[in-house]
Amino acid sequence: MFGKLSLSAIPYHEPIVMGAVIGSILLAMVILVLITYYQKWTILWKEWLTSVDHKRIGIMYIILSLVMMLRGLADAVMMRSHQALSAGMSHGFLTPDHFSQVFSAHGTIMIIFVAMPFLVGLMNLVVPPQIGSRDVAFPYLNSVSLWLTVAGAMLVMVSLGVGEFSKAGWSGYAPLTELKYSPGTGVDYWIWAFQIAGIGSLVTSINFLVTILKMRAPGMTLMRMPIFIWTVLCTAVLMVLSFPVLTVALSMLTLDRYLGMHFFTNTLGGNMMMYVNLFWIWGHPEVYIVVLPAFGIFSEVVATFSGKPLFGYTSMVFATMAIMVLSFSVWLHHFFTMGASPNVNIFFGITTMIIAVPTGVKVFNWLFTMYRGRIRFTTPMFWTLGFIITFTIGGMAGVLLASPPADYVLHNSLFLIAHFHSMLISGALFGYFAGYSYWFPKATGFTLNEKWGKRAFWSWLIGFYLAFIPLYVLGFMGMPRRMAHYDILAWQPYLIIAAGGLAVILIGVLCQMIQLVVSIKERHIARDLTGDPWDGRTLEWAMASPPAIYNFAATPEVHGIDAFADMKEKGIAYVKPDRYQDIHMPKNTAAGFVNGVLSFIFGFAMVWYIWWLAGISALGMLVTVIIRSTDDNTDFAVPAAEVERIENLRYRELANAVAMPRLTGDQAMP
Amino acid sequence: MTIDSSTFSVVSSGEFEHPDTIENQAFGFWLYIMSDLVLFATIFAAYAVLGHNYAGGPTGKDLFHLPYTFGETMLLLFSSATYGMSMLAMNNNRKDLVLRWLFITFLLGLGFLAMEISEFHHMILDGNGPERSGFLSAFFTLVGTHGSHVAFGLIWMAVMMGQTIAKGLSAPVQSRLIRLSIFWHFLDIVWVGVFTIVYLMGVM
Repeated sequence: MFGKLSLSAIPYHEPIVMGAVIGSILLAMVILVLITYYQKWTILWKEWLTSVDHKRIGIMYIILSLVMMLRGLADAVMMRSHQALSAGMSHGFLTPDHFSQVFSAHGTIMIIFVAMPFLVGLMNLVVPPQIGSRDVAFPYLNSVSLWLTVAGAMLVMVSLGVGEFSKAGWSGYAPLTELKYSPGTGVDYWIWAFQIAGIGSLVTSINFLVTILKMRAPGMTLMRMPIFIWTVLCTAVLMVLSFPVLTVALSMLTLDRYLGMHFFTNTLGGNMMMYVNLFWIWGHPEVYIVVLPAFGIFSEVVATFSGKPLFGYTSMVFATMAIMVLSFSVWLHHFFTMGASPNVNIFFGITTMIIAVPTGVKVFNWLFTMYRGRIRFTTPMFWTLGFIITFTIGGMAGVLLASPPADYVLHNSLFLIAHFHSMLISGALFGYFAGYSYWFPKATGFTLNEKWGKRAFWSWLIGFYLAFIPLYVLGFMGMPRRMAHYDILAWQPYLIIAAGGLAVILIGVLCQMIQLVVSIKERHIARDLTGDPWDGRTLEWAMASPPAIYNFAATPEVHGIDAFADMKEKGIAYVKPDRYQDIHMPKNTAAGFVNGVLSFIFGFAMVWYIWWLAGISALGMLVTVIIRSTDDNTDFAVPAAEVERIENLRYRELANAVAMPRLTGDQAMP
Repeated sequence: MTIDSSTFSVVSSGEFEHPDTIENQAFGFWLYIMSDLVLFATIFAAYAVLGHNYAGGPTGKDLFHLPYTFGETMLLLFSSATYGMSMLAMNNNRKDLVLRWLFITFLLGLGFLAMEISEFHHMILDGNGPERSGFLSAFFTLVGTHGSHVAFGLIWMAVMMGQTIAKGLSAPVQSRLIRLSIFWHFLDIVWVGVFTIVYLMGVM
């Protein structure tokens, strides 16, 4: 009746896990009680869970990302503190089994449930307004994608308290992940969380490709698009082409585990190396998917806070496209040591070195943008500067690793770990933090507190170096990754420093949480009255903050790059149209949310071999989609009179903002 | 294939349809098809890697019957032609003919699927199921993935017959029929790849 599921799946005898589970349940209950107390269930359902509005969906993605980041950081804390202790006679406080689950969960969560939702969330918030559009091409599918991603995240969260998570790393290599060597539920949780979230990502990529290619404002040719849009476009192409490969790799592993097939087994004709190839044909484009939007954010931030157009727009576009194409040519560098011939290794070594070049072009363009600009040192600009320095160092480590002979020594050592964390944290994460600070006023209507923002930045930056420079050294000293215990005591001091670095990073996270609380408390002082708190250059700053549901009452006309800066220079930025039209917007729907819930149930049922439940939930998803397709009433109209009322309010606020005295103190731009 | 006003004839049904919606829906669907193509390409690649891993078991020569595969191919190819007839009828606003040709397409597709399931069934009963060897895992997965796409297409087709009866050839219905058309022809193209690489080359 319940497949493999029984009460013994709950890890009663593991105090750390039970502590985390009980803590999570208590926190969830507190939140539920608060929502009930403040009577917000109706609003939550009507305006958020069933929303097809790209702005709301974007915010929900970012909330998911930030919550999962806390879980991923908790895993990091456990790893760092355990490794600082488990030297020689001591064996730390985690069993090897638990340690394996921790590093596997850490990687899976950070890439699939922190980085991806964060970048998709920012894409959702910013792309439609930046191209002058009212929404994405497929708002309902947007909702579907969000809730599929949430379902995947929930599977990972549930694995903590019911069963176990995978012990085979975030990359899940066969044959370790085959049923014979991983008979528990761990790998299955990993597979279904990954797979379900992956479908969500694929649908998102199609959505944004159509949006960018088909829904730009009149006059916005491709070469007049903001660079962030270019990077999102290239990211979407990478997603659409690479995620199917992941789907196949995971499906074949699923078939091996569930139906006894022989894709990656070590007997009866399986090919273990094929898994690694398939996984990384997705895996390498994935890291560019995660970093390209961050590059786009930096381009926007640098231009705005240097008060100049971005230097070298055309070369930036071509560099982005070059990265997109080349990212499919390097995947083997993840397994130089697996035994390919020297010729094969050399080919991929060369392509890996070549792919560093377009990124170099981008760095120079950012530097030249800043040169002779009137630079404002806001929080987003700090994140950008921290990124440029740290990413360059980490990138050089990457070029070193690109050489197969060097990689033979350093593969899977802490040098590699330090390298990719340099890329992911300073590249992707700092980029998202910059985007978060930059676009927060647009989404919410008030700016974030600058003082706490800068404290957060410095803590993150210093903490990062303290946490990861020792790892570069340890890599050279020969320490491998994923080690639960070691006997070379000379390594321990470095691991202690690294743990200290993580503590400093946590101070940074604390600063960010304080920043949010303080900013919300002081939101009336920090109101963004004009919609353009930074003197921005692109169209999203032409909207009110927060924007009306329809973004623009009249579709803007674009005459060049940096359309909004152009409009401001010509004095036509806030021209009132003579009359307003009805605006048709998509209706909210429960279908996306229901589909997400069913996909979670499906994943859970498959993990525990509860076949009848898996069948019913799969059927339910099909029925939901069919019912939605029969619905002809998916639009509603915002009447012209209502549009006029909203716009008049906006123009009144604009007039007030001009008359208001300049802000001072923490809320002011320096 | 251009999606413009000549591709469909709209029966006014009162609901609002943005002029670009149908074009965007078709374009988005094309992008999905391209991702599906990458999916199939990956499975083909796996088949190429595992295609000779017989593990002492049967090979393609032992298992495949080309006349049978030819029969399946004819069913699927004709079903593409009959779907084309359905689309012509849609352009002429002939709801009755649309339904007739959709139904014939459905039967042909169902016949294809029945033959494929029967082939799988016999192979499994003979002990040559997908768990026998890497080659057979790849075979069952490649052909089976195509077959499950066909099955989903048939479910979609049945839903579309229902919607056409219930609502007539409204703009959303026509847009969905266009997308199903893209899907159905795509499956035909993939099948050409399958029977060439798996069956024809397997028997040689």
